[in-house]
Amino acid sequence: MYSREFLEQLYRTIYTIRNFETQCIKLYRQGLIIGYFHPYLGEEAIATGVCTALRKDDYIVSTHRGHGHCIARGGQLKKMAAEVLGRETGYCRGRGGSMHIADPETGNIGANGVVGGGIPIGVGAGLGISVRGGNQVVAIFFSDGASNNGVFAESLNLAAIWDLPVIFVLENNQYAVSSPIEEMSRIPDLHKRAEGYGVEASMIDGNDVLAVFEETQKAVRTCCDGKGPVLIEAKTYRHGGHHVNDPGLYMPKDKLEYYKSHDPVTIAREHLMSRSDCNEQDIAEIENGANQAMSEAVEFAKNSPQPSVDSFLEEVKQN
Amino acid sequence: MSTDTGTECAERQIMYREALNEALREEMLRDETVFLLGGGIGKRGGSYKVTVDLLDEFGPKRVIDAPISEASFTGAGVGAAITGMRPVVEILFVDFTSLIIDQIVNQAAKYRFMSGGRGRVPMVLRTQGGSGNGLAAQHSQSLEAWYYHVPGLKLVMPSTPYDAKGLLKSAVRDDDPVIFIEHKLLYMENGPVPEAEYTIELGRGDIKRSGRDVTIVAWSGMVSRALAAAESLACDGIQAELIDPRTLVPLDKELILESVRKTEHLVIVQESVRRGGVASDIASVVQAEAFDYLDAPIEIVAGRNTPIPFNVNLERASVPQEPDIVEAVKKAVYAK
Repeated sequence: MYSREFLEQLYRTIYTIRNFETQCIKLYRQGLIIGYFHPYLGEEAIATGVCTALRKDDYIVSTHRGHGHCIARGGQLKKMAAEVLGRETGYCRGRGGSMHIADPETGNIGANGVVGGGIPIGVGAGLGISVRGGNQVVAIFFSDGASNNGVFAESLNLAAIWDLPVIFVLENNQYAVSSPIEEMSRIPDLHKRAEGYGVEASMIDGNDVLAVFEETQKAVRTCCDGKGPVLIEAKTYRHGGHHVNDPGLYMPKDKLEYYKSHDPVTIAREHLMSRSDCNEQDIAEIENGANQAMSEAVEFAKNSPQPSVDSFLEEVKQN
Repeated sequence: MSTDTGTECAERQIMYREALNEALREEMLRDETVFLLGGGIGKRGGSYKVTVDLLDEFGPKRVIDAPISEASFTGAGVGAAITGMRPVVEILFVDFTSLIIDQIVNQAAKYRFMSGGRGRVPMVLRTQGGSGNGLAAQHSQSLEAWYYHVPGLKLVMPSTPYDAKGLLKSAVRDDDPVIFIEHKLLYMENGPVPEAEYTIELGRGDIKRSGRDVTIVAWSGMVSRALAAAESLACDGIQAELIDPRTLVPLDKELILESVRKTEHLVIVQESVRRGGVASDIASVVQAEAFDYLDAPIEIVAGRNTPIPFNVNLERASVPQEPDIVEAVKKAVYAK
């Protein structure tokens, strides 16, 4: 049994991520955001479910498709929006951009421009916990694409031999950029690889936020009992191409339609309405609140100063 | 260890590898967030015995033997550093750091910058390089230029036991990633190291020999060779000043420039291949900032642009030897 408040919070988070990405794509089309922007559209339930199951002092490691992770972990929309617009008030003072947002305050070790690059870093956060004798856990988000990088195999093994409190969250969106997983792996159910390393693993519907939350809760318990690491394969699908400028024409229409109809936001809304007395009007209030917060974040970002070139040049002199 | 009871102030002599071991031990005692990670560093004590006995003293949580998964255990060092630890990661040969380039270049070096200064990576990567042991092309390289090139890294290359200890202690305490490259021929070399604690600031070079006629800049394994060359040159009446920058990043530019302003001649010696090396960069700095003081073109004595050969004669011919340095100095000093 879940409280209405809890289900509302899940829905608020998942909707906020959806809205952040949707609004940012508009800003991108207007030329206000440049560079690479990898939307998390269609995968929102994974970040939301995982981060909701974590404790305040736990860590996450994010990916290039990382806005959802940051928001779900409690990141501030204003600082995120300012960063993707490259402003001084952003998380990284405009020096990182969409692919490099990190937030030490929420234990977000950061997004990563290198596919798979964050996996060993997450293992290291787990190793640090182990050396200190702490009780925290680390959730490492990565993708089916990253699972074919050598560091995945190495890192799974390291975490296993050192019994680290690490949850490998494999967001299987079934595409490595444009390459379908069926062609990149003989066994597309990637969690099966974990067995070979002696790591407990499961596969869940990554579009169902409660399924993700419950599986992560179990994983946190397993890690805290000293029985980590754990791997969770969350099956999902992107709602579009690899980044904003990729139309994703290689994605089969029927499959895309199926996943769009099996939408994480809709599923979360159904959970909220069927498991509590929340009605359409209450939902609208949650959405209005999230929309308002995002409008304020965008205004804040737009009105924020560009980083000073002079002070940048002064800083780099010391290198 | 035997003590020299005859001389009251005789300084203790220990080996380079023992000095490194002392530095690690002292830093681990001082700060419990310091831990060691690498292949064969625990029970085996490291290939060059740098980490010997540390497993017994600090236990397997702080002296961690890793499988041959260089990219991932280095990345684990990066992640531990970001989250409050001070790992010292060992990669057996600098040649094998090719396997960890992403974690060093894209992750460790950039994290502080990319996070707008809010994140730090206080990690030391210890490794060793250089030729002279017949270890051939994949175990003998001098690859410091790779790391010299990347903003966000510090780069340390000690040439004596004293420097090795003081610099490693500072590297461990530094809040940024430090690439610490030892030289395989130096591990068994003895040198004076005081019993009392000391550190050496990163970015401070050292005058290994004073002289008025020519400045020689050399680091790591080339320092002892350049020193021998300087002694031999003294017999010909040329007094060379030998400067060991000790850390290439940050580089003690002022110490080099000051010496060049005095001697008006500069020879730079590097074991690494000539092309794209640190020596060329130091030369460019000196010609830009002390051009008017130079009496002759800057000479660079460097490794040949070749993989290191196995055969001992070919190996010797690939990297600077004492006579090469003597010749280059004479060329600079006698230049018309």
